[in-house]
Amino acid sequence: MKRLRLYFLAPSALILAALFLIPLLIVAVYSLESRGAYGGVTPPFTAESYIRIFDPLYLKILWRSFWVAGVSTLVCLILGFPLALFISRAGARRGLYLQLVMLPFWTSFLIRTYAWMFLLRDTGLINTALLATGLLRDPLPLLYNDFAVILGLVYGFLPFMVLPLYTNLEKLDPALLEAAADLGARPLTALARVTLPLCRPGILAGSILVFIPCLGAYLTPDLMGGGKSIMIGTLVQNQFTTARDWPFGAALSLFLMALTLGLLYLASKRSSGEDLL
Amino acid sequence: MATDPILELRNVTKAFPSHKAVDDVSLALQRGELHALLGPSGCGKTTCLRMVAGFETPDAGQILLNGDNIAPLKPYERNVSTVFQSYALFPHLNVFDNVAFGLRQRGEKEVARKVNEALELVQLQAKADRKPAQMSGGEKQRAALARSLVLTPDLLLLDEPLSALDPNLRQQVRGELKALQRRVGITFLMVTHDQEEALSMADRITLLNRGRVEQVGTPQEIYLQPANRFTAGFLGAVNWLDEIGVRPESTRLSHEAPGDGARTHRGRVTDSTFLGDCYHVVAEIADGRQIMARVPRSQNGYHPGDQVHVWWQPADELHLPR
Repeated sequence: MKRLRLYFLAPSALILAALFLIPLLIVAVYSLESRGAYGGVTPPFTAESYIRIFDPLYLKILWRSFWVAGVSTLVCLILGFPLALFISRAGARRGLYLQLVMLPFWTSFLIRTYAWMFLLRDTGLINTALLATGLLRDPLPLLYNDFAVILGLVYGFLPFMVLPLYTNLEKLDPALLEAAADLGARPLTALARVTLPLCRPGILAGSILVFIPCLGAYLTPDLMGGGKSIMIGTLVQNQFTTARDWPFGAALSLFLMALTLGLLYLASKRSSGEDLL
Repeated sequence: MATDPILELRNVTKAFPSHKAVDDVSLALQRGELHALLGPSGCGKTTCLRMVAGFETPDAGQILLNGDNIAPLKPYERNVSTVFQSYALFPHLNVFDNVAFGLRQRGEKEVARKVNEALELVQLQAKADRKPAQMSGGEKQRAALARSLVLTPDLLLLDEPLSALDPNLRQQVRGELKALQRRVGITFLMVTHDQEEALSMADRITLLNRGRVEQVGTPQEIYLQPANRFTAGFLGAVNWLDEIGVRPESTRLSHEAPGDGARTHRGRVTDSTFLGDCYHVVAEIADGRQIMARVPRSQNGYHPGDQVHVWWQPADELHLPR
């Protein structure tokens, strides 16, 4: 039986080794080499790229990325919790609502991002409609700013907040809320004193699932943020294309990964014992 | 009646989409009694309890607490408290905070003193900082009791209070619960499907069947003077001979004919089962009916095939038409 279990593990282990571990090692080696004149890397080995990360220019971009990811996660939580609560109490219709939450996954994220851009741009549906009413003389700046990036990220990652919250809420014993009411708690008090504290694992899991992809997001900030509001994902991409600084791009990627792992470690320590998912 | 009832259900009816759970039920609880709502599963006893707690609203009828109709009130507006079947202790709070929950909702003063008194009452002071997950079933039950009793409710509702406990603990807890009820003097309304539990704990029993009241009375009245065949049969086994019923423990067996006055049948033993404290013996009488008898261990000696006299005293007969 033990032998058989290893065979089950083998396919995914091989794929991960070939497609994840080896490339990661290559990235690590690149990050320590010098920049080639036309891209690529050359000797000698140096820690120069890692030192450059702490240049205020890049720290600012890093900070912006954290800020945008943090706000997006918070907005996802504020929107996702009531939604998950609603679905968990929808009785026989739960399945339908869950399907609706996941419906966007049926089309490509890229296409959905372009759809948003068509809605938000100066000559888009929203601005055209607002201008037609005569309330505005100039179009609202809806696209190519932080608002657009956060909107795009919230839209894209909201299901990853809703699903763990729903799983958490669905497992809650309804008798606990009856007990709270029985002991004199009004519905909102019961929500704050019983439901919310018991949703901590779901809140944590959802926040991790939203925050981490938001932090490294590339597509949404690049398309909806325009050139102005650059995030770390775009910065990495630039290093491998226009800037032709592969070592710096590799160093940035690894630094972001280390930060993410550090955050995950802290989160798992804080929730010691609780299941994350 | 000497005093006004503390709780009164008047013609209460509650239907669910699939069935009528409670059908025109009326009952009155006397102040300070331990009252059991007894019946088979689906008889409406839990729905009755949930309507008194406020988790369900009756379709018709009134629920009077101290004379006031509480049927339209929300659970958090009634001075009744529930001990849930699963205890429903808040898993994120320790025992102290669980017990303090209701007091804090009411904004009461001296929370710590009241909580400690309640914990002392159920002998759980030493576990005040434990989380529910770290406690045994019996301790959780006592914590749930303290959480409700600390609010000094007019009425304490208990939903199958012993069903989540280990069987060997139940016997002991029966006595403890009853003693606790006497000590605090609060009226208890307890739901159970276990007739032995109801008989041994309750001052009075209301027997429900299919959403209707079959009989109300003390354990002795219900057991010894059942109003109908359902009551007689639900509270214990009965041998039925047309209009007459006899309980197995009143049924005697002997090799010699009994004295005058006994109702006697000739029979043949068909089965004998050892139950530990007694034997359960089945004898077939002349018309082919199987009669059950409880035979003390000291009178052991009946084996399948034995010819016996099956008899009982007329005073032990239950006269109940079909």
